[in-house]
Amino acid sequence: MYNIPGSVTSPAAGTTPAKAGEGDAVLSSQSAANAAGAGVGAARTVAEVMAQSQTGAVLDELDRELVGLAPVKARIRDIAALLVIDRLRMNQGLQAQSPSLHMSFTGNPGTGKTTVALRMAQILHRLGYIRKGHLVAVTRDDLVGQYVGHTAPKTREVLKKAMGGVLFIDEAYYLYRPENERDYGQEAIEILLQVMENNRDDLVVILAGYGDRMETFFQSNPGMRSRIAHHLEFPDFAEGELLRIAELMLEQQNYHFGPGARELFREYIAHRIRQPQFANARSVRNALDRARLRQASRLFANPDQELTREDLSTILPADIRASRVFDLGAASAQKT
Amino acid sequence: MMTNPTGRLTQGQFSFLPDLTDAEITLQVEYGLKKGYAWAVEYTDDPHPRNTYWEMFGMPMFDLSDAAGVMLELKSCRSTFPQHYIRLVAFDSTRGVETIAMSFIVNRPPVEPGFSVVRQETNGRTMRYTIRGHEADRPEGERYRK
Repeated sequence: MYNIPGSVTSPAAGTTPAKAGEGDAVLSSQSAANAAGAGVGAARTVAEVMAQSQTGAVLDELDRELVGLAPVKARIRDIAALLVIDRLRMNQGLQAQSPSLHMSFTGNPGTGKTTVALRMAQILHRLGYIRKGHLVAVTRDDLVGQYVGHTAPKTREVLKKAMGGVLFIDEAYYLYRPENERDYGQEAIEILLQVMENNRDDLVVILAGYGDRMETFFQSNPGMRSRIAHHLEFPDFAEGELLRIAELMLEQQNYHFGPGARELFREYIAHRIRQPQFANARSVRNALDRARLRQASRLFANPDQELTREDLSTILPADIRASRVFDLGAASAQKT
Repeated sequence: MMTNPTGRLTQGQFSFLPDLTDAEITLQVEYGLKKGYAWAVEYTDDPHPRNTYWEMFGMPMFDLSDAAGVMLELKSCRSTFPQHYIRLVAFDSTRGVETIAMSFIVNRPPVEPGFSVVRQETNGRTMRYTIRGHEADRPEGERYRK
């Protein structure tokens, strides 16, 4: 299990921020209520709530930094809208029952499930739905024990760590192994269901996995399906979107395409998409990593050349052209 | 009563105050988490002042970010041991500190008869004194029953 950096990470023992003043140890429960509603005041318009919670900024950031994924973004907008309206209802003294926000993310490899989950934690935190906004990402190994009586404490410990934030269970279908009757996964699922129901205000559970296998998982665990309100389908990226993703990735690492490289990479994507084991954004990232390797060895080959900032950050067409993908693409084009 | 004026056990923090509500306990836990402490739930039915180490209820909770996890554990301890003393302790693992930084009682039996002084006469009419809980005569698990 790991806490993803960038979100609020758990305070590592020893390196604790000792800034919290003694005044924090307040005893009145009234200040608890104040703290919970901090910065909300008594907003009456959507704009006011948006301004106070910076929801708009988060949604814009989502639009800017995540390419494509239109249905996912639409659903996130819906959820954000509901939470904002709930805020307003609460300010007017109307009943605002906190909605169930457990989600399942299904989609092919590399379609951004983990990235969106991380964002989700931030958004829900800004909207005040979860208190801490950290993401705890786990897989089967972190939840399921190895012998009788091991699973329950293990699962509960993970759940306790995730409280106040988002619990992201990657490849959730592995939890359930129908072929082994005595598998402890079922026990983990039961505890999970119980906490999802009883501690709805304390944590949001996001299950992620590949579409078809998640479908089988839900079929064998109908209780799980009904407790998850939001089933989000992550579509595959189009070629243009993948190119845009590549540019964003390079930008983040202080690289850019040299003349002609962008067009060549578009060609590369077109070839790669048709080949087996294509993993969307992940394949793009790997391709870029390999291009960086080739760029490095190209520069390495001329030890006496003085390298400028520009040289060091430019990916040339040659770095991409060397890829095996083009040969395979050409071969398959000849065959057909 | 001279020896037990409040009729309450006074050990740890906040023990002279009225019992903390769950909201107040949550705030205290939150404070400890902000300081990076690891919380643990402990219980006993032998609250002798020299009984330093109470029974642990589950493991100490490291790496928590929110008080809800501690409250969940406290709730299950309360339902398992409703008549016992239950306390929350916060362990500060900072190098060189490595000790309990906070500790307070969060559950008490309905009646707390307190302690009595036991006098023992020894050599040369010397008196030795010790204290003994009134409930300590009964076997473990049967104390503090009405």
